[in-house]
Amino acid sequence: MRIQYPENIKIIGVPCTGKVDVLHLLRAFEKGADGVYVVGCLEGDCRFNSGNLRARKRVEQAQHILESIGVGGERVQMYNLSSGEGPRFAEIAVEMTEKIRKMGPNPIKISKEKNGCMI
Amino acid sequence: MIVAKQKPIEEIIEGVRDYEKILIAGCNECVTVCEAGGKKEVGILASALRMYFMNQGKNMKIDEVTLERQCDHEYLEELRKIIDRYDVVISLACGAGVQFMAEKYFRTRVLPGVDTCFMGVTEERGVWSERCQGCGKCILGETAGICPISRCAKRILNGPCGGSTKGKCEIDKELDCAWQLIIDRLNELGRLDDYEKIIPIKDWSTERAGGPRRVVREDLRL
Amino acid sequence: MNTNTPSKLEKILAAGHLAVTSECGPPRGSDGEFVTKKAKMIKDHVDAINVTDNQTSVTRLCSLAACIHLKLMGVEPVLQMVTRDRNRIALQSDILGAASFDIYNILCLSGDHQIFGDNPHGQNVFDLDSINLVQTVRFMRDEAKFLGGEDIQRPPKMFVGAAANPFADPFEIRVRRLAKKIAAGAEFIQTQCVYNVEKFESWMKMARDRGLHEKTYILAGVTPLKSAGMARYMKNRVPGMDVPDGIVKRMSGVPKEKQPEEGIKICVETIQRLREVEGVRGFHIMAIEWEEKVPEIVERSGLYPRPEVV
Repeated sequence: MRIQYPENIKIIGVPCTGKVDVLHLLRAFEKGADGVYVVGCLEGDCRFNSGNLRARKRVEQAQHILESIGVGGERVQMYNLSSGEGPRFAEIAVEMTEKIRKMGPNPIKISKEKNGCMI
Repeated sequence: MIVAKQKPIEEIIEGVRDYEKILIAGCNECVTVCEAGGKKEVGILASALRMYFMNQGKNMKIDEVTLERQCDHEYLEELRKIIDRYDVVISLACGAGVQFMAEKYFRTRVLPGVDTCFMGVTEERGVWSERCQGCGKCILGETAGICPISRCAKRILNGPCGGSTKGKCEIDKELDCAWQLIIDRLNELGRLDDYEKIIPIKDWSTERAGGPRRVVREDLRL
Repeated sequence: MNTNTPSKLEKILAAGHLAVTSECGPPRGSDGEFVTKKAKMIKDHVDAINVTDNQTSVTRLCSLAACIHLKLMGVEPVLQMVTRDRNRIALQSDILGAASFDIYNILCLSGDHQIFGDNPHGQNVFDLDSINLVQTVRFMRDEAKFLGGEDIQRPPKMFVGAAANPFADPFEIRVRRLAKKIAAGAEFIQTQCVYNVEKFESWMKMARDRGLHEKTYILAGVTPLKSAGMARYMKNRVPGMDVPDGIVKRMSGVPKEKQPEEGIKICVETIQRLREVEGVRGFHIMAIEWEEKVPEIVERSGLYPRPEVV
């Protein structure tokens, strides 16, 4: 199955989405990511019982923080799908890319460039 | 442990807005366990503040440190060499830690990054609840191991009041009535007759009412 | 029984009469006439009038001042005092203040939590609880001493009461709690409003089994229901209130305009049934913002005229 998905997406593999912490999500934005989404297994299908549920809560927490600091909570999202859903993976990638394009670039990146800071 | 919760980030931002060099100081004890002010929370706050101020076009130096404890001289001393590099410290320790830091580093502004709530326990992951108010004269031996001072909304020593309904407190249906718990436990222990012993008028002088308290152990002093 | 105080309420009870008390809530303002007007409506039909102390934690004219208004018009007040708002200095001081006006009755309560009132952000005191307050008044009266140990010049002569709720949870300690209040020194008890007569009777039986009815005067509380809505509200919303379904049904079974009369009827029937229960020594009629109906209830219950005592 060779399915195309937008090439602007950088995939970071983790053993389980339960490993993803709020701090990882925030750091991605600090380093200039325009959007981040976490793709976990279907709810109820976690090999470690609640890894993907924890991930969702952490994504929500990151959303809350990003919203409060003016970056935009919508830039981080959680999706769930099974390993057999390749086409759905590509769909989500397109959906997320479009969503973030609409929101425009990460304001921090713009601000950094304007102020001549290094990313 | 001492249970605290994080202050809203907006409040922290307001407090440090006019500074340029900020140190965020966590504590490895209670606030780490209740996930309000440990190393991880320091990292999250630092990242959020960096992004906020970058977005505002403001170049801030925001550093992170987490001490073993902020309520002991020896660990707080670790900051002595670096503290002058900062305009302000946001301490994520409990109120005791924040104050001890402020006492020690007299010329540095220290701001609290958490709201210190109570002495309590981890009921389950993400849920903490109060167990002790440090009244200075423990009566748990008389109340079946359940403290009416910290767990009854009216700190009634001879309860329950008329507001106890189906084991819950009238002020909050989620809250157990401390006196129901005491009675249930007395029952379990086969000591319900103890319920009829009147707990006398309490001496509150060992509590907050008596003024700030100290414990001195002469045998331990050098 | 001998009397310990000049209280008219105590004398009536000691003489073996069924006592009748009622209550009036002070206004949310400084109009003293509000209290005296209510008192005038009922004074000839009751032996004493309780004045509530910032009930439901809503700030009102103080109980002590309202009691003084009653006293000055020749009515016997029962000073309700809660431990929520005052520490032991203020409580003892107010007891002396009341005693200086020869207020002879006090009802010791802890008070509703302030979260229900108009100052939910305020501090609560609870230096003492209601049982400790009973102990305090008895100590001041019987030992003529302050809690601090010093002598009181002209100690308060107060007939000391406490509240009891036969219906509250947990039921297993309801009688034990009554025993505890009596042991602390409660000479009379005013109960929560009785709608569930059977449950009240079983509570009284348990109290009698321990001889508690001979150690204190128990006044059963009654409150006439104005409407089916009130019955439902009392049933579902008021903590520690037991309104059986039968009562709610009976109220909602009559047309709206006849509901007040039905409520009075239930109240009168309750009194008539309870006056036959051994150990019930009187009634505390709490007609909430419906004081004008108290005389009718007293008369229809056969409790009028009120006895004279010297």
